[in-house]
Amino acid sequence: MNFELDEEQVMLKTSARDFLEKECPKKLVRGMMEDEKGYSPELWKKIADLGWLGLTFPEEYGGIGSSFLDLVVLLEECGRALLPAPIISTVVLTGRPILAAGTDEQKKQFLPQITSGEMILTLAFMEASASLEASDITVTATPSGNNFIINGTKLFVPDAHVADYLLCVTRTKDSSNKEEGITLFLVDARTDGIKIEVLETMTGEKLCGVVFNNVAVPKKNILGELDQGWSIMKRVLVEAQVAECAWMIGGARWAMETTIDYAKTRIAFERPIGSFQAIQHKLANIAVEVEGSTSIMYYAAWTIMENDPEMTLAASMAKSWCGETYKHATFDGVQIHGGIGYTWDHDMHLYLKRAKACEVTFGDSDYHREKVAQILKV
Amino acid sequence: MKELRQRRGRQGTPAPGMGPGRSGAPAPGMGPGRPGAPAPGMGPGGGDEVTRWWNKKLFEAGYVGIAWPKEYGGRGATVMEQVIFNQEMAKRRAPGGAGGLGVGWAGPTIMAAGSEEQKKRFLPKILSGEEVWCQAFSEPEAGSDLANCQTRAVEDGDNYIVNGQKLWTTGGMRADWAILLAKTDFDPATPKHRTFSYFLMDMHSPGVTVRPLRELTGSAAFGETFIDNVRIPKNLMVGEKNNGWYITMGTLEFERSNSSSAIQHLNTIANLIELARKMERNGQPLSKDPVTRQKIAQFYIEASVGKYIGLRALTRQLRGQTPGPESSVGSLLNMELGQRIEDFATYLEGPYSQLMRGKYAIDNGAWPRSFLSSRGRTLATGTSEIKRNVIAQRTLGLPRYTQ
Repeated sequence: MNFELDEEQVMLKTSARDFLEKECPKKLVRGMMEDEKGYSPELWKKIADLGWLGLTFPEEYGGIGSSFLDLVVLLEECGRALLPAPIISTVVLTGRPILAAGTDEQKKQFLPQITSGEMILTLAFMEASASLEASDITVTATPSGNNFIINGTKLFVPDAHVADYLLCVTRTKDSSNKEEGITLFLVDARTDGIKIEVLETMTGEKLCGVVFNNVAVPKKNILGELDQGWSIMKRVLVEAQVAECAWMIGGARWAMETTIDYAKTRIAFERPIGSFQAIQHKLANIAVEVEGSTSIMYYAAWTIMENDPEMTLAASMAKSWCGETYKHATFDGVQIHGGIGYTWDHDMHLYLKRAKACEVTFGDSDYHREKVAQILKV
Repeated sequence: MKELRQRRGRQGTPAPGMGPGRSGAPAPGMGPGRPGAPAPGMGPGGGDEVTRWWNKKLFEAGYVGIAWPKEYGGRGATVMEQVIFNQEMAKRRAPGGAGGLGVGWAGPTIMAAGSEEQKKRFLPKILSGEEVWCQAFSEPEAGSDLANCQTRAVEDGDNYIVNGQKLWTTGGMRADWAILLAKTDFDPATPKHRTFSYFLMDMHSPGVTVRPLRELTGSAAFGETFIDNVRIPKNLMVGEKNNGWYITMGTLEFERSNSSSAIQHLNTIANLIELARKMERNGQPLSKDPVTRQKIAQFYIEASVGKYIGLRALTRQLRGQTPGPESSVGSLLNMELGQRIEDFATYLEGPYSQLMRGKYAIDNGAWPRSFLSSRGRTLATGTSEIKRNVIAQRTLGLPRYTQ
């Protein structure tokens, strides 16, 4: 593998950054924190027109046919811009599993509409246990004629309030192997019995609680096989973790670069504070973490692109490392900025909050270190 | 003098890195000049009988200087092939050849800045291991502040007469040649960095005395070199007069972060996992203790991060791009990680970590020994503080502190 971006990827990165600097200024980001929808439909349409939503889908579904590696290049820039849009929900958490496991009919139904920006989807996975394990899935789906009836509550569901469809992870069979008996359903979000509540979050991102009360879903809306949904979920989690890493690296780089610029120009004791070793060494540490994050995240993305069996280990290593990097970059970002960094007006807190949110999304660093220990058979 | 050196050669370090459960961290080189951690098991600078024998084996099989031009005894292959070979050596924990410093530092410097005559004279014997090299940069008053070097070289006909004292001369006791930094401009008005020249010094010259320098490990892998009216022919200066500082910085650049030191860490972590399974606390193996598991996993993640930083740097190098930030951050990450792993291993051993040998000592004291030598990791090739300064100022572009 090559461990650096090729020319096309550099072009994608540069054009994405230029576009987002123009179309997604911090004013929009802040506005969307207060906005009911939490995203701008106009910007969403522009992103779809640029081909971002169908980037990794085949041309027959209106996509561009690029690799997962290209997708993370793009997500890094979205993370840098704090793009308020359901792109990870729609593309990584639902679109890609539909492409991987869906029937021809499902692919035709969803992928072209995702690509065109007409349809928003999300994954209803986590519950009140806040667990990533199959054993903690308690929302049930029971057969009834040509339908299944879903009951239970999902929590921390991103963008559910604007989603057209929810990919709902349910238990359809109780067995001693808890990874057996998980089934994924594509559920029309307007079905009777679904109640969506937007939760108040630290970042202003839209996370939802979704209550399913006798929600009827046709059998043909099962994604993959009945009772065999966990194998799809494992792949979804790995991809989600690496996508989250790319998003975090984009933000961590913004925090690092913004802080370096400030340290070069802020004068105290008659010299730029960036000339003090106390500041230099903090920033050198951040540089080590950020470069390390980029290296391990690209490696993890490469394992996904190549379907390499090491992808689970690589994703856990990346999520653990990047989670801490983003936090350190923004914590030191506030510290080095001093008082101004603690104000609402400065943008650093937007990133600091996002770092905290990303840290606990799809498994925190301790969780992933334990995963690594298990894979290494410590 | 020669006799003294030979006697010390026999006393020298016990073949390091051969014991079980050992990190493969040889006693690290001190001062700014030293090739990172060479392949495990290699005595610093090489030169003992075993490493010379091993070097001969490697050389005859065409595995020394894989990426060096054929005309100087190399294989003429690509850097990629060299890296693949290094990685295989590191994975198998094979010791490097005798040419650690010669192959890693002196050779590349001579190739980059030396005269054709110097290349023909020195390069083949570096590869064959016939001549062993050491570096003589640091001095008692010039470590991190290398520009404070006081060793003087004064022109005298076709020679320079050199006087001074060098410290942390890696493998100096056994070396045949040294790369030497010495002052050749004594005008106080000249900027410091324009006052040095770079020499190749015969360690067998009259006036060169090497004393072993005993480290906190108890052994002596480095020397103190006294240079007393030593004559160096003018044709053994590398590059231009008073340009030696820049050539030295080039030499230090050859010690880039590479993926083989990360692979050595991954080997050490495999040993650490074994140790954690073996050590019991409260009736169960430490490998089941959640805190221990977190630590070991974190080490593994860091070593992997180091490996992929190294491979990114390699990709850039192979594409002919200038080194990016990844090359300067990798060595800092690797040096500090190596220390933390060793410290944690002795922590796992508990009170047994005090035992250096004997029937109760675990692995005959291999971990406490490698722990001790690991304390030098953040000093060798520039302290970790200097590395942070370099990252901050050269990579991130922060301003230098001025009075």
